[in-house]
Formats: sequence, C-alpha cells, structure tokens
Amino acid sequence: MSERKIYAVPNVQTPNTPVRFDPEVCVGCNRCVEICPLDVFIPNPKKGAPPIVLHPEECWLCGVCVTECKNKGAISFIYPMPLKPRWRNKETGEVTQLK
Amino acid sequence: MGTWNEYIIDEGRPPEWPYPVKFGEERQVDVDVLVIGGGIAGCWAAISAARQGVKVALLEKGNTERSGSGGPGCDHWCNAPCNPLSRVDPDEWAEHMVDKPYCNGIGVEIQCRENYDTLLEMEQMGGKIRDTGDDFVGAEGRDEATKLMISPRYGRWSNSVLDPDFGTPGYNPPEKRNNVVIRVWGSTFKPALKKECQRLGVQIFDRVMGTSVLNEGGKQGARVVGATGINARTGEFLIFRAKAVIITTASAGSLWLMSMEHGAYSNMHARTTSGDGMAMAWRAGAELTCMEKAGSITTGTGIKHRWYTGAGDASYENVPIVDANGTKLPYGTQGWADAGTQVVPPALNEEIRKGIMSGKYELPFYGDFPAMKEIEARATWKLMLTEESTTKTMVNVMEEGGFDTSRDQIMSYKFLEGQVPPQWRNANNGGGILTDWDLKTTVDGLYAAGTTLYCPEDHSFCAATGRYAGRKAAAYVKAAPDVEICRAQVDKEKARVLAPTTRTSGIEWKELHSALTRVMQYFDSEFKTERLLKLGLEELDRVEAMASEHLYALDPHKLMRSLEDLSMIDHARMVLIAARERKASSARLGHNRIDYPAMDPPEWDKYITLKQVDGKVVLGELPPRFWGSMKEQYEAHNKDYSGVWKPEN
Ligand SMILES: Cc1cc2nc3c(=O)[nH]c(=O)nc-3n(C[C@H](O)[C@H](O)[C@H](O)COP(=O)(O)OP(=O)(O)OC[C@H]3O[C@@H](n4cnc5c(N)ncnc54)[C@H](O)[C@@H]3O)c2cc1C
Ligand code: SF4
Ligand code: SF4
Repeated sequence: MSERKIYAVPNVQTPNTPVRFDPEVCVGCNRCVEICPLDVFIPNPKKGAPPIVLHPEECWLCGVCVTECKNKGAISFIYPMPLKPRWRNKETGEVTQLK
Repeated sequence: MGTWNEYIIDEGRPPEWPYPVKFGEERQVDVDVLVIGGGIAGCWAAISAARQGVKVALLEKGNTERSGSGGPGCDHWCNAPCNPLSRVDPDEWAEHMVDKPYCNGIGVEIQCRENYDTLLEMEQMGGKIRDTGDDFVGAEGRDEATKLMISPRYGRWSNSVLDPDFGTPGYNPPEKRNNVVIRVWGSTFKPALKKECQRLGVQIFDRVMGTSVLNEGGKQGARVVGATGINARTGEFLIFRAKAVIITTASAGSLWLMSMEHGAYSNMHARTTSGDGMAMAWRAGAELTCMEKAGSITTGTGIKHRWYTGAGDASYENVPIVDANGTKLPYGTQGWADAGTQVVPPALNEEIRKGIMSGKYELPFYGDFPAMKEIEARATWKLMLTEESTTKTMVNVMEEGGFDTSRDQIMSYKFLEGQVPPQWRNANNGGGILTDWDLKTTVDGLYAAGTTLYCPEDHSFCAATGRYAGRKAAAYVKAAPDVEICRAQVDKEKARVLAPTTRTSGIEWKELHSALTRVMQYFDSEFKTERLLKLGLEELDRVEAMASEHLYALDPHKLMRSLEDLSMIDHARMVLIAARERKASSARLGHNRIDYPAMDPPEWDKYITLKQVDGKVVLGELPPRFWGSMKEQYEAHNKDYSGVWKPEN
C-alpha cells in the first residue's frame, strides 16, 4: 500500500461531491468550469487535468456541467446521498435506489 | 477525482487562486443601456434594446449561457393566449389572470399580448418550440398542422385559480380547453439567447455582479446615470456609465433558508437568486410593493429530493399517484384528467392524510408511470421532465441507473416526509419593483422586468416583460440627455464592496447568512405581531452592524457571496417594514398577523409601497387595479409595436 500523507484540513463541505471526473476521459478543457452558473469549479493548475471542485455546497444540482461536456463519461453527476431517488418495479415490488 | 482535498493530497498544498486578483483596480465602460442580470428577462431585454440600435451591456454573475432559473430549461410556455390554438381572447385571459388580489396587471397584459411573438422570436433564434421531429405523434394536445404541443397544465382556468368543478369527471373536455400553455424544448433557449446577444454586439460581462445603481449627483431618487459591478473571479471593480439601467436579477430565494446540507440552497432557486436587484433599486430610491408577500415553501425545498415540484414529486404532469398497494389517490396530477391543478387543494390534502391515518391508503406512494399510455408517459418523461430544467439531469441519471417508465414507479415523498415548517418561507414571486406601463420604475431611467417585478408570473412573463423593457429603455435613451457619474457615490460604493476583503477573519458569509435567516425564521414567521416585527427590524440592524465590522472574504468569489448576503439584509428589511405596515391579515399575501387576525378586510385591499428618500423610509399605498384598463393602457402605450421581429431588419 502506498503511503499517504495526512494533512490537517478543516471538515469537508457537505454535500461534497456533486460530480466526479474520470481523468482517463476528461481532457481538462474547462468547459464545465465556464458553464457552471455557481462557479463551483476552478481549473486545475495542471494543464489537461480535470477541474477542481472548490465550492461543492453551492451546487444547485442543475446538471449543466454534465450535459454540456462533449466527452461522454468525463464528468458524472452524483446526487447527494439524502437526495437519491427511489423507484419500484411495479410487477416484482422490488425497490431500487439510485447509486 | 476532482475534490479539493484530493488535490491537496496529490500536490501537498492547496491550489493558488486561478485568476488574477485585482482588488482595488477599476475600469469604466460607457453604454446607452445597461442590463443587470443575464437570466431570461435580462437576455430578452438586452436583445430587444440592441435591436433598436443602441449600445447595450449585460452583467451576469454566472455565465449567461446557462445562468438563472430558466438557464437549464423550461418545458411549458404559460399563458400564451395569442397562440393559434388558443380558445381565449388575450385581454380577457389577462383579466382572468388578475381576477384575484395582488397581481401585476401591467406585466400580465404584456405577457398575454406579446409572449407568443416572443416565442416565435425564440424560434427564429434557434429555440425549439414544435415537435418537428414527430417524436410525440399521438400525444394528447399535439396539433399536427402547427406541430405545437399544448400542455395539460391549465384547463378552463389559469393554474393559480382552482376550478370550482375540480374533480368532476369529464369537466374539462378537449373541445373546451383553453389551450393557453405550450410545451416547449426550453433547454435550447438560453444558449440561443446568449448567441443572439453576441451576434447583436451586446457587451456581455459574465461573472460580474452588479452592486449598485448610480444616481445623478449621487442623490437617492435622482435619474439613473449608470451602475457599479464587481468581477467575481478577479475582484476588479467596474463602473458603467449608462442612460438607462434595466434590473433583471430575479428575487431572493433563501431569505428564510440557511441549510446547505439539505441539498444545495434548499428551495427551487440557486444561491445567485439573492435579491441584489431589489436591494439596488431600494438604495437608488425606487419604489417597491407587496414586499410583505411570502408563503410557506411548498415546492422544491430540496429536502423533498429536488424534483421540480418537491411537494408533488413524481406526480408532475399526468402521472397518477398510487399508494403502496396500487390504489389510486384523489390527487391532482396537473394532467388532462384533472385539468391541471398545480396545487392540491387543502381539503384534498386532508382527505389523503386521514386516509393514511385510518389505513385506507398505505405509504409510501408512487408515481405510476407504467399505468399511463405509453405516449403520455413518454411526453412527460422525455419532453416535460427532460426539458423542464434541473430535471434533465435527473432523467439522465435515473435512466443510466436502470429506471424505465414502462416498468417502474417513482417513490413520492410528499406525505412520507411531512411538510416544511411554516417558519421556512419563500419571498420569491412575492414583492418586487413597481413600474409604470413602460416598465420604468419611479426613478427616471431605471427599468425592471421578470421576477424582479412585484407579483410576477412564469418564464414567458419574464421573457415578454424583458423584451418589452428593452424596447422601452432604448426609446428612452434615444431622447435622454447625456449623463455624468458622481465620483463621490462611486467611491462610497467601492469602499462598501471591498470592505470584506480587508479582513482575514471574523464573520464569513455563511455565518452571516445563517444569522439573517434566523432573524426571518424567528421574527417574520407564522407568528406575526407588532412586537416581533419590530424586534426583527432591530435584529437586522444589529446583524448589519456586525457584518460591517467583521464580514470577511478571502477571495473574489467569497466576496460575491458576502455581498449577496448584504443584499439579502436589505431585502429582509423591506419585507419586515411592509409586514409591519400591513395591519391586517391576508390569505393571498401569506400574511397572518396574530394582532390583526381579520382576513383580507376590504379597507386593506390595497398595495403598500415603500421607498427611501434621503435615507428615510417613505410608505405609500395604491388602490387595487391601480394600472387602469389593461387593454386601453396597453394599446395607448404601444401604438408603435411592430410584432414579431423581422430578421431582415
Ligand atoms: C427548476 C425550475 C424550473 C422551472 N421551470 C419553468 C417552466 O418550465 N416554465 C415556466 O414558465 N417557468 C419555469 N420556472 C420559472 C422560470 O424559470 C423563472 O420564472 C424565470 O427564469 C425567471 O426569470 P428572471 O429573468 O426573472 O430570473 P432568472 O432567469 O433567474 O435570471 C436572473 C439572473 O440574474 C443573475 N443575477 C442575480 N443577481 C445579479 C447581480 N447582482 N448581478 C448580475 N447578475 C445577477 C442571476 O445569476 C440570473 O442569471 C422554473 C424555475 C425553476 C427554478
Ligand atoms: S469534464 Fe468535460 S467539460 Fe469538464 S474539463 Fe473534462 S472534458 Fe472538459
Ligand atoms: S450541477 Fe450545476 S451548479 Fe452543480 S457543479 Fe454542475 S453546473 Fe455547477
């Protein structure tokens, strides 16, 4: 296991992760940074790397960062845990909650 | 990957602020018309002013492409009686819409007369308003000739007025429908509006927050000479010289709500909806009205899972609500069957509640998509919910997560979760800026449109009033003499705006916001009395005094958030002043005075107005229907109206 340095940081903001980036797919074009109405992200100082989520708790879950990204899979939207929708299969009665 | 903490773990230090910091630096821009707020009303105002050949600038806190409540989308274009399928007369429909206390008769008449022209211009710009791809052939309300799709939203009545025959089977047959609401593909709108602004040469200042309106000689109430703004990424201070300013910043979304943990800014609106424009108008000496109007939050609180309606959850548009055993509930679904009731009447709510307690209905409830005709389910899911706004993402992620409308029912939380406490209120769509028939405020050269107006309506109201205000402001500037900015006023504003950047500790904006919302929850709640409201005003003074001494902002973004809370203090003050002045209760205003319990007594059927003169509050009143005859006034003020824009112009 690689050793990870533990830094002294304040508690993280909640909800913390409205989106996740896939660094393999994201090209760091910063289109999502520019489109976000709340300025939730900042560009990554490393060129080509995915943006940084700086103000996650200001996100109003509009989803436009995801719908406007041209690289499918680069950014995915994650509903905060208490907001994840549930549905039921009408025939079997099985209830599913969004992951 | 992507969080701030992960960056620190990887890099061993936090990232530096990515934009050049320019606190203290300034820039001046000269235009004819300045629009503050690049949402629906603001974009339309900028476009229509620019089409009159004047020089226009547009300020937007976010990015105009997707900012504002209507940024992600809009699925229904309401109250469009001029559309070719409508069965009602525009003036009569406008009269019907204001046939209730406390409305915006001027805005509603403009909406009813001009919003179909507005929609056709939206189509010219590339917005999609028809089922041109034949994706919804067979859906009820779809017209093959025009390919317009009528929405099931309203039956015989506009949706805020419950039809007395609600619930009677067959009371709204297809041949009698008003056909005043059109289903649209509103996710195409906002990018098209921005593009048109750019094409017309509108100077767009994205990430710039308007902070104040400037008056001639710096005198409150004197004619407008421009405005100031701050860049939310760099902190640069901007000074705009303009003969006319149009305020289109919407209302204040979170005056009573402090929670972020419950899912973003826990009402329907983004944090950017923070009442800045109303505060700017107030400080500039303009008159506002209906500021006491507020209601318990019934929709989109966020604790109800961020579905558009919040309270209605999956029921939205046509989806039947069933209990855990599949029994259909007597619940309005805003669909063809019930003629589009948006708000479930209290008696029906109570009936369902009792049914739950007695075991007649078992929780949880579900939105029964599989019970719908395939084409209707598809229209709700793929058109209404996909285009509506923030729900597009919900549709996408639910589909990716395996949800299927032909098989699955969505869990509904309305009754499961209980109701929002009456202390959690919403000022949105309440009070706002007062205007004349030109949408000019009581300050010369200052205009307003959209949900910044008192008692506004929906998206199409904002679009139509924005378009109208732009046209009128352009006509005004063509005749107005040159303007000069008062440097002393600019310096004072610059010092106010930058003050939080001079400190590195003290009170952060979130603490200030919590303090402010606490004042509102305690002192302007369901328990309203003279004593409580007076205490509330005193509290606001204390909150403001503490903020002016201790508020700190570490970077330009946090400065914007801090300034928003300072706007909200002014907004809250106006709400409390008006609430105190109205010494009677009113159902329509959501105003319950324990010390004046009589509900809507006739002598209080009037609008309370407020403004500042030399820093002192001046209250006034206006009679019901103070706007006069809607048809006559509209026609008298719009003799030169030339209808739909001709692109060859
Ligand atoms: C989730 C959701 C779904 C909706 N769906 C529909 C629908 O389908 N049909 C319908 O009719 N209505 C709908 N509405 C309502 C409709 O979107 C709004 O009524 C409409 O967008 C309001 O327009 P506006 O121009 O007044 O405000 P907005 O469109 O909200 O624009 C205000 C703009 O001002 C900016 N701003 C604020 N302060 C400042 C400042 N100080 N400086 C610079 N810029 C500033 C904001 O960033 C924002 O972009 C919906 C609303 C929501 C929230
Ligand atoms: S997520 Fe998409 S839009 Fe954002 S930087 Fe990566 S590729 Fe660009
Ligand atoms: S969902 Fe909307 S507010 Fe949230 S980060 Fe994406 S664009 Fe920004």
